[in-house]
Amino acid sequence: MLKMTHLSKAYRTEVVETFALRDFSIHVREGEFVAVTGPSGSGKTTFLTIAGLLEEFSGGEYQLDGANVRGLNDNQRSKLRNEKIGFIFQAFNLIADLNVQDNIDVPLRYRGFNGAERRRRIGEALGRVGLSARSRHYPAELSGGQQQRVAIARALAGSPRLLLADEPTGNLDTQMARGVLDLLEELHRDGATIVMVTHDPELSVRAQREVHIVDGQVVDLAAQPRLVASASAGT
Amino acid sequence: MFNYYFGLAVRSLKRNLVLTVLMIFAIGVGIGASMTTLTVFRAMDNDPIPSKSRQLFAVQIDNWGPNGNSVVTGDAEGFQEQISYLDASGLMNARAAHRQSAMYVTGAAVTPSNADLLPFQVQIRAAYTDFFAMFDTPFLMGGPWSAADDEGRADVVVISHELNDKIFGGANSIGKTVNLDNREYRVVGVLGQWDPIPKFYDLNNNAYGKSPDVFMPFTRAIDGQMQGWGNNNCNGRIVEPGWAGRLHSECVWLQFWAELPSAADVEHYRAFLNNYASDQQRSGRFSWPAHTRIRDVRDWLVYQHAVSAEVRILVLVSFSFLLVCLLNAMGLMLAKIMGRAGDIGVRRALGASRRAIFGQCLIEAGVVGLAGGLLGLVLTGLGLMGLRSLLSEDVTRLTHFSPSDITIAVILAVVATTLAGLYPTWRAAQVQPAWQLKAQ
Repeated sequence: MLKMTHLSKAYRTEVVETFALRDFSIHVREGEFVAVTGPSGSGKTTFLTIAGLLEEFSGGEYQLDGANVRGLNDNQRSKLRNEKIGFIFQAFNLIADLNVQDNIDVPLRYRGFNGAERRRRIGEALGRVGLSARSRHYPAELSGGQQQRVAIARALAGSPRLLLADEPTGNLDTQMARGVLDLLEELHRDGATIVMVTHDPELSVRAQREVHIVDGQVVDLAAQPRLVASASAGT
Repeated sequence: MFNYYFGLAVRSLKRNLVLTVLMIFAIGVGIGASMTTLTVFRAMDNDPIPSKSRQLFAVQIDNWGPNGNSVVTGDAEGFQEQISYLDASGLMNARAAHRQSAMYVTGAAVTPSNADLLPFQVQIRAAYTDFFAMFDTPFLMGGPWSAADDEGRADVVVISHELNDKIFGGANSIGKTVNLDNREYRVVGVLGQWDPIPKFYDLNNNAYGKSPDVFMPFTRAIDGQMQGWGNNNCNGRIVEPGWAGRLHSECVWLQFWAELPSAADVEHYRAFLNNYASDQQRSGRFSWPAHTRIRDVRDWLVYQHAVSAEVRILVLVSFSFLLVCLLNAMGLMLAKIMGRAGDIGVRRALGASRRAIFGQCLIEAGVVGLAGGLLGLVLTGLGLMGLRSLLSEDVTRLTHFSPSDITIAVILAVVATTLAGLYPTWRAAQVQPAWQLKAQ
């Protein structure tokens, strides 16, 4: 599903070149739930933005769902991003002046679905996250956990092949975080491929396997897959 | 996606009302100022007879010579703007054009047959019958007088529909008489709406004034010794006293127009005029070589400075002001759009291409432009009302705001604002979603 090989990302100024990712390789298979962990500044978010086609990389190869993304122009990258990737952000990133259903509608509009199809998908996505009754609410009228559920619904509505989550519980209290994680696990059980970036070891144990990044490089591929069920049992 | 973007634009504009109002106000004021002056300019620069403006020619003959042109009215080429009766008669007698008419403005007191109406003065244009066909004047009733009426100095008139309404209550007045300075004239025609702006056929005498209410044969007016009400310039060589002295003088007080439908006609008429002037030289009237000119309506308006330099400068200044307003609006738009960089980053992450963001923001700029244009229309209306209260009645005719002016105002506002929105929009499209999302 997601395969990066010897990938690098360098930020250059006139005097210095800084590598955010260096000789970075990762392979996420279809249906996997992978946690990408590491300390602050290790390159987790850079990995996520490159994986999500929000940023270009300097070297190496990246294949998304079998397609080589190197050299794609902005339109092609945007289309691929819209069709294959769903984002879940730490700060939810809902658009404040759009209500819940209009927020979920955003990626569907860019996808070019007609009105009936968009309504069907919005209804399904809201049902899945348990917020059907809140479709007309604005983000400011929802709790943090509810906002993150809306963000998940927005990510799911386009039926993406890959969900990219960046610290999805970082802005939530423990109870809300548990609810969001339960939802992600449920999505994974239903077949979703999820890559979750986190610096919280307690979250990473909920994933099938963990990839640890330090200084832009993978240092531990977590060769021993963990079952979600057993991890859950331990908490 | 247009409807979606339009909805987003309206929503976005509502979100920050103060900035929105400031932008709309900046554009509205700029549009109002520029359209007020542009309306006046367009009226002044209007082609008053577009179907024939390249076929109708004002005639100029230099009858003062190189030593007579120090007079203020002489132009750099040594021409007077009007011609003398001697030349007008000579040209009319030759009838070298397809149609032609000497003419001048005079006036008289109308004594209505209706005793309830007090006598009042009217302006009269004395002309030949060709005047009507040459200038495509529309007739509501009747028609022009005949060539025989010209020859016979007949007591006939064509009147405006306004005068017909005033003294005949709008009824068919053909065959009835109008009393002008205690002489009865038979009405042969009533004109429909005909009021060219500028009054190209006589720019010397109130170029933006209303067309006259009465038209009568030139020969009748001359025979009746009806004094000219317009400009009259003499070079000091009036040798006879009285009306005959005026007619035999070199004073210039008449206009002369010729209709020349083809290029060959134009060349032929030029040759004729030069021959005419050469004949005058041979006869001893002119002591200089032939010096004549014909100018079509468009050239005549330019030559006569129908649009004054002051008005051109005013238009330039007002459009410079519009530019300043647009730059202000652009700055506000930039602040507004960049304030939404986070939302733009989210949209990009959710699949919006740069082109999609560009389109969305450009439509928002267009909506601001449309609102600014509508405000500009209101301000233009107020500006023109202000002009009307300040200027004379004749000049206020230039402040008519036509449907085409409204269209221009709205298009100008939308196009100018959209252009001003290009830079902020381009900046919005350059928002790096990764940076925005990392920053959060």
